[in-house]
Amino acid sequence: MADPDLFGRCMADARGALSAFEAYFKCLADIERINFSIFYDSLDRGRFLVGLWTTVKLSVICLVASVAIGVVGAWLQGSRFALTRRIVQGYIQFFRNTPPLVQLAFFYFAVGAVLPRVPDGGQMVPIVGSFGWAVIAFSFFAGAFNVEIFRAGIQAVPRATVEAAEALGYSRLRAYGHIVLPLAFRISLPALNNNLVNLIKTTTLAYAIAVPEMLYAAAQIWSEVLNVREMMNVLLVTYVALVGLLVWVMGRWERAMRIPGYSA
Amino acid sequence: MLKSMMKLAIGAFALLGPAAAAQAQDTLAKIKEKGVIVVGVKNDYRPWGFLDPSGKIVGMEIDLVNDLAARLGVKVEMIPVIAANRMEFLNQGRIDMILATMGDTADRRKVVGMVEPNYYAGGTNVLAPKSANLKQWTDIKGKKVCAVQGAYYNRRVGQLYSPELVVFPAVPDALNALLGGNCVAFLFDDTLIGSTLASGDAKWKDYEMPLASEDPQLWAIGVRLADLNGPFGEFVKKASTEWHKSGKLIELEKKWGIKSSPYLKATHEKLKGS
Repeated sequence: MADPDLFGRCMADARGALSAFEAYFKCLADIERINFSIFYDSLDRGRFLVGLWTTVKLSVICLVASVAIGVVGAWLQGSRFALTRRIVQGYIQFFRNTPPLVQLAFFYFAVGAVLPRVPDGGQMVPIVGSFGWAVIAFSFFAGAFNVEIFRAGIQAVPRATVEAAEALGYSRLRAYGHIVLPLAFRISLPALNNNLVNLIKTTTLAYAIAVPEMLYAAAQIWSEVLNVREMMNVLLVTYVALVGLLVWVMGRWERAMRIPGYSA
Repeated sequence: MLKSMMKLAIGAFALLGPAAAAQAQDTLAKIKEKGVIVVGVKNDYRPWGFLDPSGKIVGMEIDLVNDLAARLGVKVEMIPVIAANRMEFLNQGRIDMILATMGDTADRRKVVGMVEPNYYAGGTNVLAPKSANLKQWTDIKGKKVCAVQGAYYNRRVGQLYSPELVVFPAVPDALNALLGGNCVAFLFDDTLIGSTLASGDAKWKDYEMPLASEDPQLWAIGVRLADLNGPFGEFVKKASTEWHKSGKLIELEKKWGIKSSPYLKATHEKLKGS
């Protein structure tokens, strides 16, 4: 502490307009030069919370969509028709072999420019906005990985079990839904967890096409207030918390879904 | 084994400590010793710092950097920077000096040393399609306006005129978004907008700079706060004064096709006699 009296006097002055919590951080910024502006400035706090909410929204939508794409893609991979299998293979190659940032830029700048425009409050804007493209790009990107993850799980289901299902009269679709997928899903869960964790972290790339998510909000704040170090720490802690939450939820789910005696 | 590693690590830090402290003081001596001056420049802001067809960084600011290096008799290493990272690079020691269209503001002076006399002054304006029919600043209220991270005028324009700011990491991204119809205007410095329109590129045929330039802002060369009143800072200040006195800045302005700036004319007159 530079001077406890100085800090005390600052707190006394600041308490007039701010709450004790906010006053503490304002004095921390003015006297110790440790500037956590999101804790005392309502404009910055608002921006950061909007960013956090957008990240959560983007993550949840992409999580659900990519798992759905994975399930459907894995099923189509086992199709009788060679064309279907080739289309799925082509999709996986395209989205796995290209970096997500390149995909994002391609969709937003290249594809977006040629799409039809719709009126929006006096201007003509492209039909899909930046948030939309982020959802599409990240869902397809993670979905491609999920298809392969589910394929690994499906292949781990014993052939004998599938044959038994056929013998009992299950159609291919119903065997997939009732027998194969539940078993494959449980086996794929650790690898799927990995991919979903990566997905949450990948959402920061949306910053490049001006989606107002958390990194974007933090960058705006530190560009104006010049507190990069503090905002970086806040970002890191928040991402650790978000990913930790996902891992905890998936862990609970994994334990709830365990088939006693089936796996080690 | 772990204990001996710890001792080694602590010993290394003990050595580095005083060495790091001594380093901060004499940037000029360090530059002369290394024979290289490392400068942060823009490579996407025609005609101040941009890439020519062969991939080399050229521009008015590059000419100024080369002049400074020639005075010291050292080579130049140019590191491309953007508004959002240039001050951090300087303070981390990655670059010795910022010559990258940096606006001189009171907040930034707390973090970076600004060299006076300032070498230029720019103003704020927008690039918009003629069909958007923007006539004054209040027309952008509620409309999507592309901008670039870290620009000093974003906050002021955002608060005064309440557009919906769509902020990108760099100028080319924002320009692409404008062309793609993702925003109705691009908020930026009038010198860049002027040179974009003047470049004669067909895609800007239907665009204009419709509003009155506001908020004239001085640009400055940035050095570390510790260097500002030290030998390095004094050297850059002297060079900057000589540029104004000799009219070199006005010459370079004409060479690169920049619209004549009243600030440069006034400063040249003021310092000419001294």
